[in-house]
Amino acid sequence: MSAIQVISEEEVIRSPSHGKSISNMKWRYFKQNLFLGVVRLSALIIAVSLGGFLFYIFVNGVGVISWDFLTLPPRDSMTKGGIMPAILGTFYLTSGAIIIALPLGVVSAVYLSEYAKQGPVVRIIRVGVNCLAGVPSIVFGLFGLGLFVVFLRFGSCILSGALTLGFLILPTIIGASEEALKAVPQTFREASLALGVAKWQTIFRIVLPNALPGILTGSILGIGRAAGETAPIMFTAAAFFTAKLPASIFDEVMALPYHVYVLATAGTHIEQTRPIQYGTVLVLVALVLGVDLIAIIIRSYMRRNRRW
Amino acid sequence: MVTIQNNCIIKVGNVDFYYGKFRALTDISMDFEKNRVTALIGPSGCGKSTLLRLLNRMNDLIDGFRVEGEVVFEGKNIYDPDIDPVEIRRRIGMVFQKPNPFPKSIFNNIAYGPRLVGVRKKSDLEALVEQSLRQASLWDEAKDILGRSAMMLSGGQQQRVCIARALAMKPDVLLMDEPTSALDPISTAKIEELIEELKKDYTIIIVTHNMQQAARISDYTGFFYLGKLIEYNPTEKLFTTPDVRQTEDYITGRFG
Repeated sequence: MSAIQVISEEEVIRSPSHGKSISNMKWRYFKQNLFLGVVRLSALIIAVSLGGFLFYIFVNGVGVISWDFLTLPPRDSMTKGGIMPAILGTFYLTSGAIIIALPLGVVSAVYLSEYAKQGPVVRIIRVGVNCLAGVPSIVFGLFGLGLFVVFLRFGSCILSGALTLGFLILPTIIGASEEALKAVPQTFREASLALGVAKWQTIFRIVLPNALPGILTGSILGIGRAAGETAPIMFTAAAFFTAKLPASIFDEVMALPYHVYVLATAGTHIEQTRPIQYGTVLVLVALVLGVDLIAIIIRSYMRRNRRW
Repeated sequence: MVTIQNNCIIKVGNVDFYYGKFRALTDISMDFEKNRVTALIGPSGCGKSTLLRLLNRMNDLIDGFRVEGEVVFEGKNIYDPDIDPVEIRRRIGMVFQKPNPFPKSIFNNIAYGPRLVGVRKKSDLEALVEQSLRQASLWDEAKDILGRSAMMLSGGQQQRVCIARALAMKPDVLLMDEPTSALDPISTAKIEELIEELKKDYTIIIVTHNMQQAARISDYTGFFYLGKLIEYNPTEKLFTTPDVRQTEDYITGRFG
């Protein structure tokens, strides 16, 4: 138990008695056990609430899940039928957001951590990025409405929604990518540069490939966030109802989180659609966890060859 | 002091080097002879590694550095504004204190540099990898495991991969920054033998903390103290009849 060792060493340094007195020892063990108890309890609370939440959704939602539910559009004022257009819409919006945010985020991170001279300007940019991460998602929604839907005249469509979601997840991706780039040992850069390899080549051939697992982690979090957000797509992309599947990126789509929101608050048959609401939430959660799982598998596979 | 008339490959002239306001090197002038091993010795922080990194512009990576004076390689000052540091590093290779292979296969570690300067044909790359590994006396150990990660090798083998990787770029000069300080005695002996072998084709400048090593392998030795070159002489002379009292004190262990 290294934890015990660390605590007691620290105590030895601090206490003038060097733990010779028995009562002092007892008091210290009590403090230690108390602290461990608090830590264990916190972990337990988190695990139990997550498990309970997933279990609750599963129990309530699994009843409506069927092949038809996943492959058919809604009908009868959305009280019957499936949620296929919403699944597809969320897929398009999320993929679009990642396609936009990943390159932009990685390039920004490369600039910030590899090229920019560390100083006040970079610090301000970094604070800006962090602030962006804290902006409420409804503000992103309104921003998207103002810029993409109205000013650029894209209208409410996949493109506007994907751009808005892309901006929403950009800080997550920049932050994670920067961390991943910093974690690549400086000795790799030195080794490559000392061979007479140019800096941009070093970044492309050595730094980025080794940072990829970390960058992927950021993207996973981004995907999860983009798939689950309602507010940013409410004004920019999501349709209340459309059985028609999108033909281009300038079409409106249904989306899972917005569908839940609509069924639970804005419909005329809120009670009747309760099972569908749970089913939709279950699908959304399963999708997000599925994406996470795929990315985690890829990441652990890529990490297997690392030794540093 | 040594002045080399004919076979001088790098000529350092009145160099001052600053990290920000701190002056790490003061008025260094030093000629390096071609196809010889030159050792730089001195206590920690004396500036010998700084000088080594100055020779292939690795110090460029540090924010706020400043160089005064000149480092002449093939008739040109490598700190002239029209010189591309990437080109300099291609001609003047470097091996670091801690073995730092890339997390790639042995083959790809060595082929990495040549590929990026345009060696594309597989047979050319294979020949180059074999030649470099032979020069680094690692071929016999590595020829059957070229596809394995270089990270799996022992420290000494990793260091020889790094040497092979540097040699694959066909440099003229090889800078070595305490290349054996992280290795066990047997690996150290192998690297020292290798240096003896390599000086036929390359000029080697090596920083070392190990005075016996400097005495064993080098032709010239420069002793540094507090950013100044105290004495620069043929190794035998420096270790038997040094000109400067400070050098004698250092090599006999009276300070440092």
